[in-house]
Amino acid sequence: MNLWLWILIACGLAYLTKLSGYFVPAKLLRSPRMMRVAGTMTIGLLASLTVVNAVASGQSLAFDARLGALAAGAIALWLRAPFLVVVIVGSAAAACLRLLGWR
Amino acid sequence: MKLLESPAVKVGLSISIATGLYGISFGALASASGFSFWQTMTFSLLMFSGGSQFAFIGVVAGGGSGIAAMTAAALLGLRNGIYGMQMNALLRPSGWLKYPQAHITIDESTATASGQRDPDEQRRGFWTAGLGIFVLWNIFTAVGALAGDALGDPKRWGLDGAAVAAFLGLLWPRLKGREPWAIAAAAALATIIAVPFVPAGVPILVAAVVAGTIGWFSHGRSDEGMEPDVDPYPHGQSSADPASGERNAK
Repeated sequence: MNLWLWILIACGLAYLTKLSGYFVPAKLLRSPRMMRVAGTMTIGLLASLTVVNAVASGQSLAFDARLGALAAGAIALWLRAPFLVVVIVGSAAAACLRLLGWR
Repeated sequence: MKLLESPAVKVGLSISIATGLYGISFGALASASGFSFWQTMTFSLLMFSGGSQFAFIGVVAGGGSGIAAMTAAALLGLRNGIYGMQMNALLRPSGWLKYPQAHITIDESTATASGQRDPDEQRRGFWTAGLGIFVLWNIFTAVGALAGDALGDPKRWGLDGAAVAAFLGLLWPRLKGREPWAIAAAAALATIIAVPFVPAGVPILVAAVVAGTIGWFSHGRSDEGMEPDVDPYPHGQSSADPASGERNAK
């Protein structure tokens, strides 16, 4: 139930953020500095989420089959594969490495 | 019939299919991370912003708390506020129209509209991409959630590896040039250093602060990181200003 609460708050914030752009005076948001922070934060968050999902296991670092998924995904992206193919490649790499005995 | 002759509508439809399809991966990952079918659908119906949705389930899957997940999702959605401001200036929606329009203001609808020069085409592009993605994203989220439930043990299928690849796939289009790579590397390093010292989920917020600080104090492109996950104009055939055409060209 607690998780439901955070989900709904997050959904509300997501909509209010979008809506704020339509009502906040353009001057405020148009400041190049605000735009840069929103953009660099997007890059930072996605990079961090990639790393956390690849090597974090609770509060420790683990080097397991997920690293193989990271490498395979990077190769797929480098070969300009579409998003869905990249995701499937990542999943297949992790599953295969586990079959081969690498946790 | 005339509507289908519009270039913006064509672009909007193809971007809808490309983006909507990967709702499957969101649905499957959400259910593998332990979210119920209706929780998963709530994300796609009400949050409706791919990056934020993946962020929320990614934090929870890593053992993070609900509040950390919410914060990561909210921070990742900040750029939608900038898009809202841009679309308000570009499309000038009247009174009540702002409310539904705000909901479908995301990377792809903004990029589709910005790539057109004619105001009517901009409007058609925005609504075709926005509504098309909304409908398909939700249909394919449901398909993914049901499939994810049927798969059983997520690790056996490497779904944790799918999450890694998904985040890398969301990050990739934003890494054009040396500066975004440097920001990504700094954020990744901050994350790895923070993991042993703070509760799960918090390292992501530490990285957000690091990246935000870099943005605040450095001077570079003001649209850094504002690339859509799926580029509506991959070959630079956008009819808009040269600057945006250049940005869209690979």
